[in-house]
Amino acid sequence: MTTDPQIATHARSFRTRLSVLQPVRLVWLGLALALALLVVAPIAMLVIKSFTAAGGGGFTFDNYIAAYGRARHVQALWNTLIMGLGTTVLAVLLAVPTAWACTRTNMPGRTLVRIALFGAFLMPPYLTGVGWILLAGPNAGFINQAWTALTGLDDPLVNIFSFSGLVLVMGVSTFFTIFILVSAAFELLSSEMEDAANILGAGPFTTAFKITLPMAMPTILGSALLTFLVSIALYGVPALISIPARYPVVVIQLAEFFSFPIRIEVAAAYSIPLLGITIGLLLLQRRVLGRKGYTAVGGKGGERRIIDLGRWKWAVFAYAMLVVLLSVAMPLLVLLMAAFSHTWVDGFSIDNFTLEHFHYVLFEHSSSQKALLTSVGTGAAAATLAISLALSISYIVQRRLLPYGGVLAFLCMSPFVIPGIVLAIGFYAVYALPPVGLYGTYIILVLAFTTRFLPIAYTTSTNGVRAINPEMEEAVRILGGGQFTAIRKVVAPLLKRTLASGWILMFVPAAQELSTAVFLVGPHTRVVSVVLLDMSEEGTFERLAALGSVLLLIIAAIVLIGVKLLGRDFMLRRT
Amino acid sequence: MQGLVLKDLGRRFGTVDAVKDVNITLQPGEFLSLLGPSGCGKTTTLRMIAGFLAPTSGSILLDGVEVSSPRGSIPPEKRGMSMIFQSYAIWPNMTVLENVAFGLKLRKMDKADVRRRAGEMLEAVRLSHLADRYPSELSGGQQQRVALARALVIRPKLLLLDEPLSNLDASLREDMRFEIKRIHDEFRITSVYVTHDQSEAMVTSDRIAVINHGKVEQIDTPYEIYTRPTTRFVAGFIGRTNQITGTRRAGQVNFTGFALPLSLFTGTEPEVFVSIRPQSLHLSAAEPVTDDLFKLRGKISARAFLGETWDYVFRTDSGLELRIVARPHQIYQLGDDVWATASQDQIVQIH
Repeated sequence: MTTDPQIATHARSFRTRLSVLQPVRLVWLGLALALALLVVAPIAMLVIKSFTAAGGGGFTFDNYIAAYGRARHVQALWNTLIMGLGTTVLAVLLAVPTAWACTRTNMPGRTLVRIALFGAFLMPPYLTGVGWILLAGPNAGFINQAWTALTGLDDPLVNIFSFSGLVLVMGVSTFFTIFILVSAAFELLSSEMEDAANILGAGPFTTAFKITLPMAMPTILGSALLTFLVSIALYGVPALISIPARYPVVVIQLAEFFSFPIRIEVAAAYSIPLLGITIGLLLLQRRVLGRKGYTAVGGKGGERRIIDLGRWKWAVFAYAMLVVLLSVAMPLLVLLMAAFSHTWVDGFSIDNFTLEHFHYVLFEHSSSQKALLTSVGTGAAAATLAISLALSISYIVQRRLLPYGGVLAFLCMSPFVIPGIVLAIGFYAVYALPPVGLYGTYIILVLAFTTRFLPIAYTTSTNGVRAINPEMEEAVRILGGGQFTAIRKVVAPLLKRTLASGWILMFVPAAQELSTAVFLVGPHTRVVSVVLLDMSEEGTFERLAALGSVLLLIIAAIVLIGVKLLGRDFMLRRT
Repeated sequence: MQGLVLKDLGRRFGTVDAVKDVNITLQPGEFLSLLGPSGCGKTTTLRMIAGFLAPTSGSILLDGVEVSSPRGSIPPEKRGMSMIFQSYAIWPNMTVLENVAFGLKLRKMDKADVRRRAGEMLEAVRLSHLADRYPSELSGGQQQRVALARALVIRPKLLLLDEPLSNLDASLREDMRFEIKRIHDEFRITSVYVTHDQSEAMVTSDRIAVINHGKVEQIDTPYEIYTRPTTRFVAGFIGRTNQITGTRRAGQVNFTGFALPLSLFTGTEPEVFVSIRPQSLHLSAAEPVTDDLFKLRGKISARAFLGETWDYVFRTDSGLELRIVARPHQIYQLGDDVWATASQDQIVQIH
């Protein structure tokens, strides 16, 4: 009997190998601890604080009484729901027909519309809001100026500082999610379903309403729900519009509790319903979708054929262009005009042209310069941290390397149900104050952004890991490489794309983030979004526009690099 | 002892026994197939041999050393085996040459040696001209050969193949069967081949282990498996057959409409099962002059012409139905009165 010495050694070392398991457990513990700090602690603290008397006292309901004891505060909650509903309806009306036209029809300029709408994703809501203030401000807004010049009437035609103005800006800022998800659903629908209707005599619009639309309905409702949840927690647009419109909403009320003297306990109590609504609606959606029924979406059935709209195609095109104009083209154009004008009210002309605002924000105004660095820096750090964390966890979960991976996965996805502004309050409660005392540091911003975008990172990572056949790694193992060799030589190179696209997907919103940042920035760690908001309060719209343009330029450059490296549709693959 | 030994091997998932009491011994250089329907436990067995899965009972010995047991298993990378995967698992981030050289590099061989041996191997699978291509630029059959080269170049103690041909189209699959056979004959590496395709197993293997519900039904050479199946499952799974049930009674076994002497059969159970292959039965219009014990009279109740053969269904008055394969020139019409005979060595008792 001959014995391979190598194998014999290993046969003897079974017991040693059992102890090797310990470090692996430590990895699990480490990841679990990181998630506990990022996700569990802030939310737990939020709930605890809401029942704690100010100044470290005992259990109390006083915070809830303080939060909801006034009619104004209850009104704000009601207003928020109405605004959310209005926003969602508008967003669906903007997104669904456009998505259908871009994916299923021969509407001219489909690619153009898609690229333009992608701009809506890159443009942060508060910049869209500022654009609309310049367009439809009651006194000097360009639309009203034109109206007065045309008719001689002094009364403004449109007023952005109103409920409808608020809903309009919210709608054009949030519809992109619906557009992208519903587009994906339409692209997966088999044309054969539509052909079956056509052959029985249905025209293109009948088919769209009777077949295509109902089949995409679960996706439409799901993405509409998401939009509702995003809109009730969005801070930027209400901060610009709801105060002058005298339409108080929850996020503004929360900010008031956060202004001096900070009443963190009351803010916590006031934010609990927001958290409750989010969790409740998502649970409801899960139950409804759990029954699935007629969802044909998901499989790749048959070929996709494009519908000929005939003479209607220009009407559809006009509608799509209207969406582009409202959401991107008009606000962006006036913003750029303002950035290059001495005074924005005078409109764009050679006499009015100047670069002084860019000079100001880039070279004179120290807090703008610093904010740009802070936004890019914290955004990059948060993106890196979140993608590393998410990738490690999704690898462990997908490969079942450790027991209870599901717990880690759940924690990774759970920030999804936490509105950004609520997360900020939780972070403030745990980390801002002594004994941790991270208030005013970059660390608290990075950690909060990491948590906020962890679900995106996790979804992207999971898709990436899933795409790698485990046999690729087993092939390394059987040829004599260890788990680590497999990761280094095969998994990592294959995940490069996922890594890069995930990073960019996180960086773009993180560098623009306002909702989470607004309560966590200190005097020396202000991010661009916060500085922009201050400028709008000061009314220096030209400087604001200049700084906003620089931020957009940086983000657009990074996305462009991503598109060059990863291909055109890398950002659309997150569904 | 050289070779691979599976001893009372078992694997339980929850309350289900995916593999149970498997005993197989492989001689060095032998090519064995694990053949069975999907979900029968053949892949589970293979993954235990590879070390990706630990057994819950029994053990695996390689060249006399225990490599797997419920107490612990040597990890796959320390076993000196190779495997060809169903998906090929060719690494798309490496060229053909890099894929093939990977295992050699892990063995800390010097560069010149790596290059020479990988080159020779690519020669052997006829891929030298594609050495610098990336896998995405190759056809399915070429990828398959890269997988083969990558697995063989390290001269493994044992080569494992997990349904390696199931992703190829039919004609390519036939070519690759012989390719695998040719390469095995060239290198004589002990191999275990998992498949659900009987003709694949028959072309490539020295012996076939037929597996069903986690248990080995029969291990034998392809010829023995086909001509002398021992169980009802094997008889039905390998090729087509007529399975007939009879009962023991007073010195003979009674079947529907005929009887055979008890001395032909073993065992004592009241029920007796036999298998007769459709091509072991002969049809004739007139009563044949023969001392075959199996001689039945009946009618043609259905027929189909398949080009190379006729496929007849023969039915006796007492209701026994048999499938019979005949040469193209043996033409009978529906309803014709015919005789069916079979020599008694073609009547195989199964259990």
